[in-house]
Amino acid sequence: MSYTVLVFVKQVPDTQNITGDAMKADGTVNRAALPAIFNPEDLNALEMALELKDRYGAKVVVATMGLPAAAEVLRQAMYRGADEGILLTDRAFAGADTLATSFALSCAARKVKYDLILCGRQAIDGDTAQVGPQVAEKLHLPQIAYAEEVISLGDGKVVARRAIEGGYEVLESPLPTVMTVIDANIPRPMAAKRIMQYKRARIKSEITKDCADAAAVEAKMAELAAKGLLITEWTAADVDADVNNIGKAGSPTKVKAIASVVLTASEAKKVEATEAGITELIHELISDHTLG
Amino acid sequence: MANFFSDNRDLEFTLNNLDLIEAVTLRENNYKFAEEFETAPVDYADALDNFNRVLSVVGEICGDNIEPRSRTVDREGPHFADGVVTYHPLTQANLEDLRKADVSGVMLEHRFGGLNFPVSVYTMMTEMVSRADASLQNLFGLQDIAETIAEFGSEEQKQQYLPLFAKGLVDGSMDLTEPDYGSDLQAVKLRAWQDENGQWYLNGMKRFITNGCAQVHLVLARSEEGTGDGRGLSMFICEACPQLVVRRIEDKMGIHGVATCELQYNDVPAQLCGKRRLGLIRYVMSLMNGARVAISAQAVGIAEAAYRAARQYAAEREQFKKSIDKFPAIYDMLAGMKAKLTAARTLLYETTRAVDLRTVYTHLAEGSEATPEIREMAKYYNKLAAILTPMCKAMATESANQIAYDTIQIHGGTGFMRDFNAERFYRDARITNIYEGTTQLQVVAAIGGVMQRDADKRLNEMFALEYTGESARLAELVKAMYAKQLEAVKFVADRKDVAYHDLHARDLVEMETYVFVGMLMLRDAQKCEDRFVLAERYILDAQAEFAKRYAKVMSGDQTVIDHHRDVIDY
Repeated sequence: MSYTVLVFVKQVPDTQNITGDAMKADGTVNRAALPAIFNPEDLNALEMALELKDRYGAKVVVATMGLPAAAEVLRQAMYRGADEGILLTDRAFAGADTLATSFALSCAARKVKYDLILCGRQAIDGDTAQVGPQVAEKLHLPQIAYAEEVISLGDGKVVARRAIEGGYEVLESPLPTVMTVIDANIPRPMAAKRIMQYKRARIKSEITKDCADAAAVEAKMAELAAKGLLITEWTAADVDADVNNIGKAGSPTKVKAIASVVLTASEAKKVEATEAGITELIHELISDHTLG
Repeated sequence: MANFFSDNRDLEFTLNNLDLIEAVTLRENNYKFAEEFETAPVDYADALDNFNRVLSVVGEICGDNIEPRSRTVDREGPHFADGVVTYHPLTQANLEDLRKADVSGVMLEHRFGGLNFPVSVYTMMTEMVSRADASLQNLFGLQDIAETIAEFGSEEQKQQYLPLFAKGLVDGSMDLTEPDYGSDLQAVKLRAWQDENGQWYLNGMKRFITNGCAQVHLVLARSEEGTGDGRGLSMFICEACPQLVVRRIEDKMGIHGVATCELQYNDVPAQLCGKRRLGLIRYVMSLMNGARVAISAQAVGIAEAAYRAARQYAAEREQFKKSIDKFPAIYDMLAGMKAKLTAARTLLYETTRAVDLRTVYTHLAEGSEATPEIREMAKYYNKLAAILTPMCKAMATESANQIAYDTIQIHGGTGFMRDFNAERFYRDARITNIYEGTTQLQVVAAIGGVMQRDADKRLNEMFALEYTGESARLAELVKAMYAKQLEAVKFVADRKDVAYHDLHARDLVEMETYVFVGMLMLRDAQKCEDRFVLAERYILDAQAEFAKRYAKVMSGDQTVIDHHRDVIDY
């Protein structure tokens, strides 16, 4: 049998290449100053899905929630080998914390037939690592967090290795299940021919911008759908999401204050590469509680 | 996070200013392929967008994956035991990354699963790969083998091999050199014979075969018994099999990552590729011209890596309380290196552009709708590519050696140590002006075109562009060199002395190169004013070099010819 793997991904500001104007004066992220990229660990999740596709013949469906511009990460997933894309976009989704996000994603998951849901462990803009596990809870599914590798898939179950402190453990779970994936594989490069083909993939909002009237939109959507180049675009209503549980309304998180933590480098200290020098350093680190 | 495409301003400039519209439009059959193939572009802008995107992917693989592995690959190299070559695991990882990026059949037609990109764009990829790991170029840069089958093989052979090449499922080698015949390929001895059923077999030895452990081999062999020259040679395709034995791999000075093999053919079954007797004079010459472009790109890639290492070191290294790039002796060296590097690159892509136009017009000229105009274009670009290819190979590879040499010099004692990459670039560059024809043989290949003035039309097109201000002054300098070049060519031709002609062939080819590249640099400066300083530096350097050669050629001096034996034997 063939499997369907649903991969949740996120478009994030590139916080790994911070420039001077990355933060606004109030301490919030200046998204305009940072390039939008594919969240790194979501690429690991996608790679795991694509390896399953190579091994077992799975269909890989990639979904994200975000602005229409987030369609770009779905296209990038297709360049790497994903079969289909779904974008959840609606003003009602805006301002979501992890709870509201996981609610929206779980509503989308209910509209898709899947055997496995993969997410990156966490996104580099918030670093919460909550959304994957919350999706599992909302769907009443078992979960394997910090997954490194799928050992086998078959007989209605998955066997996977996950990282734990000081080692790893191998878990078996019935399908469907949710796994969050860590940086334990090397994402494959985008493939030239897929780029040349899927760069034409569009969501309805993008098509609407380029077309004069509704009839033209319909025609273009039909044309792209026939070629497998139409990316599904869903609103909150499309996934039957209760507006009280999504977006700002569904987010209990309240931001009390934001502090811009500036790490100031103090003077460098030279440690002699001798037994005595290193002993002194160790003592110093223990006394200021860096070690121990 | 390094991207060898987007971090290279010169390469991006080249792609976006190299006028490939004619070549690409013809190659894409006026974009009619788009109706049939989902990956084919619908117009030139679409094609250029594809080139940019795919080059960016390859640039990222080169910067993030291949370059960090290159030191270990150089130190450890491939493994050979019991007749089996095993590439270094990191080399295998490099090839796997490139295979996954779908760039195994860059120039192959859409119908075979290729990208149908022009050689200009493929060359940009090979240049970046060479910058990351020069030895990997000797594997990734072998796509001309599939191209040769595409060009001269039967439809059956194309169907059999090209989809496999396009998917990266097979690799290739070109088996030309023999223990006794390298430059003199006309004398190749490896024997091809036919049994009563017409099946061909190959018997003999080949040496210095890059990637001789490949699955698919193109072999130059003597099919016509009793002949002794190039017209008795044919080209064959054979596959790795027990009768094809890798006897040893070479222990080389550089390009350690690739296996250079000695092969023994014990009646290896083979297929004839193309027509008998055309093996050397038609097919291998074409294959070698492609390979010469690839090696030029390898040289430019190594030069880029070396220049960057030198520049970074000079900025970081402090002596006498300031970074050494503040000293005239060092910054002059760096500026000279940079001018040589950009000059080599602009000649490289002027060459690939001519090759691309030759390819499309040659196909059209052989087709049913050929017109006299098309045949004329095919002839013109054939001649232009024929002079530019060896000129470019000579210039790019010699420049790469000089740049790598200066990189070590700028590093000082540190550069002599294996802790830094400088010595690797130097070792890797050293083969580029030797294989696929030494510089001395590139001169032999180019001198005819120089004497016949085959690049004049292109030169005059560039002279006719409008130059203002400082550029006009530089254009006058190059035009003055050009007038002297015509004078020197006539001087040598009029002497009708073969020895004098051969003795000064290299001078004349290099003088031609200074003039031609000088104009390319000025042309580029018209498109981007920041490049004026590059053109200026190049032309001022070229002027002095030109003058030296001009004086030698025009002296009419016979002493080298008359006394060389006495000098050598003293």
